[in-house]
Amino acid sequence: MIIILFIRKPVASRSIVETSKSEHYRGERFPVHRNFSEAGSIGGRHSMSTSDGPLIEIRPAGLYCPAGDFYVDPIEAVPYAVISHGHADHARPGHQHYLASSLCAPILKARLGTAIDVQSLAYGEPVLRNGVRLSLHPAGHILGSAQVRIEHAGRVWVVTGDFKQHADPTCLPFEPVRCHGLIMESTFGLPVFRWPAPGQVLNQINQWWAHNRREQQPSLLFAYSLGKAQRILSGIEAIGPIYLHGAVAAVNQVYARAGIVLPAALPVGAKSEPHEFSGALIVAPPIADHSVWTRRFKKAERAYASGWMQIRGNRRRRSLDRGFVLSDHADWDGLLAAVSASQAEEVWVTHGFDSELVRYLNERGCRAKTFTLPYPGETDED
Amino acid sequence: MQAFTDLFTELDKTTGTHRKLAALTAYLRQAPPADAAWAVYFLMGRRPRRAVKSRTLAQWAAEEAEIPGWLFEACYHNVGDLAETIALLLPPSTASTQAPLHIWIEERLLKLAALDEPTQKEIMLSAWQHMDTTQRLVWNKLITGGFRIGVSQRLMTRALASVSGTEPALIAHRLMGEWTPSPDFYHALIARKDSAGAHSRPYPFFLAHPITQPLEILGDPQEWLAEWKWDGIRAQLIKRNAQVFIWSRGEEMVTAAFPELTAAAHFLPDGCVLDGEIVAWRESEPLGFGVLQRRLGRKRADTRIMEAAPVVLMAYDLLEYAGTDIRQKSLEKRRDLLEGIATAVAAHPIRLSPLVPAVNWEALNAAMRDARARGVEGLILKRRCSAYQAGRRRGDWWKWKVDPYRIDAVLIYAQPGHGRRSGLYTDYTFAVWQDGVLVPIAKAYSGLTDEEIRQVDRFVRANTVERYGPVRAVKAELVFELAFEGIQRSTRHKSGIAVRFPRIARWRKDKTPQTADTLETIKQLSD
Ligand SMILES: [Zn+2]
Repeated sequence: MIIILFIRKPVASRSIVETSKSEHYRGERFPVHRNFSEAGSIGGRHSMSTSDGPLIEIRPAGLYCPAGDFYVDPIEAVPYAVISHGHADHARPGHQHYLASSLCAPILKARLGTAIDVQSLAYGEPVLRNGVRLSLHPAGHILGSAQVRIEHAGRVWVVTGDFKQHADPTCLPFEPVRCHGLIMESTFGLPVFRWPAPGQVLNQINQWWAHNRREQQPSLLFAYSLGKAQRILSGIEAIGPIYLHGAVAAVNQVYARAGIVLPAALPVGAKSEPHEFSGALIVAPPIADHSVWTRRFKKAERAYASGWMQIRGNRRRRSLDRGFVLSDHADWDGLLAAVSASQAEEVWVTHGFDSELVRYLNERGCRAKTFTLPYPGETDED
Repeated sequence: MQAFTDLFTELDKTTGTHRKLAALTAYLRQAPPADAAWAVYFLMGRRPRRAVKSRTLAQWAAEEAEIPGWLFEACYHNVGDLAETIALLLPPSTASTQAPLHIWIEERLLKLAALDEPTQKEIMLSAWQHMDTTQRLVWNKLITGGFRIGVSQRLMTRALASVSGTEPALIAHRLMGEWTPSPDFYHALIARKDSAGAHSRPYPFFLAHPITQPLEILGDPQEWLAEWKWDGIRAQLIKRNAQVFIWSRGEEMVTAAFPELTAAAHFLPDGCVLDGEIVAWRESEPLGFGVLQRRLGRKRADTRIMEAAPVVLMAYDLLEYAGTDIRQKSLEKRRDLLEGIATAVAAHPIRLSPLVPAVNWEALNAAMRDARARGVEGLILKRRCSAYQAGRRRGDWWKWKVDPYRIDAVLIYAQPGHGRRSGLYTDYTFAVWQDGVLVPIAKAYSGLTDEEIRQVDRFVRANTVERYGPVRAVKAELVFELAFEGIQRSTRHKSGIAVRFPRIARWRKDKTPQTADTLETIKQLSD
């Protein structure tokens, strides 16, 4: 087979963050406070990293920064956890201290309880911990999602968390960050995953709803309750009544408080009559499919909004009426663009088609490797 | 091409029969007959000879997509459909073809086979350049075949009937046998009256449903006729305009394989169609399916093979008499007419399949105990007043098998065996149809002769469409009868059922993959 190696035209890169060179970082203006300022809480824990080694190591509890003594999105309960975003497999309960973006913090409290100890940080605002300079940068994944930038002794590593470059009115766009080492996901790391323009997909959703409405059928749309549901709600045209599953309604409140404009919607009440739903749009998490809850929507057209819907077989297996290709993760071109924009010397890839992406990057002269964390992965999110 | 692409999208979008029917009729109403004929042809699962190998297509697509071959394979593995993988990988396009379907097929696709590889490649690349993503998917599917998106023969027939006002039965009849898609064909297909030149065409077969409950549920035994279920191949023998045609259930014309039946048909009146079973037979006994197999797959039969494997046609129904379609008459009436005809050919290899006397259900139960010794598969029960319908319908015709757990399934994966047979592909995975897609149903290892194993091995090597480690996915072509000991519902299996102790009963060389069983029929065995 003839092999031609080539990067597809990268997503137009926005200005690349180079905070390390700017001397007047805001960390000096903002007194670094609370947990993450208490330098050397466990003190003297010396990093194994040499001056040009990785700033991150993989531990059973998750990604760990030895120099700064904190974890990023840890799997097990730890004293200091930097959280990239509010999805369940990244933001787990039980940590003593959390650090998250100021838009993410309310999501964490809503999900994990108001009792958790969260320090919130504006995007770009640095904190120091054990001499490690840490800052969060928009990842474009969901509201408050962040890439974690870690700088120590002239070295910069970035943990992207989940990210995407495609337009999403509910969060700030992905901001490429230049680094020496990049740690990234690869949920959709195959070139068959290339997303259509989100505006086009939202139009398709609207047309589908309008069609069902004419037929007086309910439109039951499955979308992950945190992020995807709000992205859709903020982008569609409300041509009829919208009903929400409880899980979606709860997240909507958090989004509304953050200033995201969402259309008026009603909860699906326990006593709702089936006829109330005819012509309506009902947004529910995928997990509600085939549950008792969905049975009340008689003759509903069922659709799912997810990157997986790119493949016809995925839609057929769920025997859905429609599949809308809308993902909160980067597509293949997006993954390559992120690697390229970071100018990283070293790339670690996990979750998804990591071995394929790594092999591709290696063949193109990029030093990349896979790593595995014992988390089950986001099965339901996208 | 665009209208057909939209039709494909509509059909693919929905699982509902009603929607599919609406999409088909909407398409047929506006399509030029030249396009409509091809649409019917492909949607019914027919396809022209494959012009380009999968591997070659994959290579061209990987080059176009500018990705390494291994990455193409990884994508294919994930997507599971070659046509779709290619469509998703090709560089995005802003073009869209306005040329009609039949031009793409007749001017491009059909010409591919005769061209050398560089020219084929040129045509494929230019086709891709002229199409958008969905058109590419459809085009690739036209090339790779496997155009199955849940359009059954019955659904297509209903759609054609609804746009033309012609009887669905007449259309189903016209769709049988061999035909070439063309405007003339399409006009004849939907015409209210039959035109000439259709005299070789068989009727759609009426198939019996398996019965697994006690016969008592059928009610009054006096309303039923019982026949032996012969272990042979289902066939229609047609005599029209003094010409004889024999069709197997796989819609294959097998006239030349059975010269003795053609000869015997001289004694039949003109304008008649018999339905029955071709059985290997000597004197007064069936010889078993293995002997009959030797007659199949041959273009012509010579005297030697005719002596070694003699056959009879056990006729049990009459569909046309004196040039008139009598399928709507009751079985009792048709049987009367059949008996009248059969006396004319008595003692020739066309015989009347005898009735099994059924004064009460107990008598049939007793007959059933005798079935194995007689070399038959069981009993067929037919309602006396039943018309001859098309396809497999519940209610009027039942098959009661001695060994009920037998199904026809398609070989889809093969893996090398161990020990004595290591190196040969001997471990197989079989699939049946569900909504136009083959779903795996069982793995089986044993049951074939050494010679058959070698033949299957050769087939596997020559028809691999994909590899997953040691496992090869093969072209869906070979049909095998599987026997097993029971069926259980299972949530662990994709098919929703698990079969117990499956083994290969025999290789059904007489069957095409389209005639393999459906998951639904199999599920009914477990009810
Ligand atoms: Zn996420």
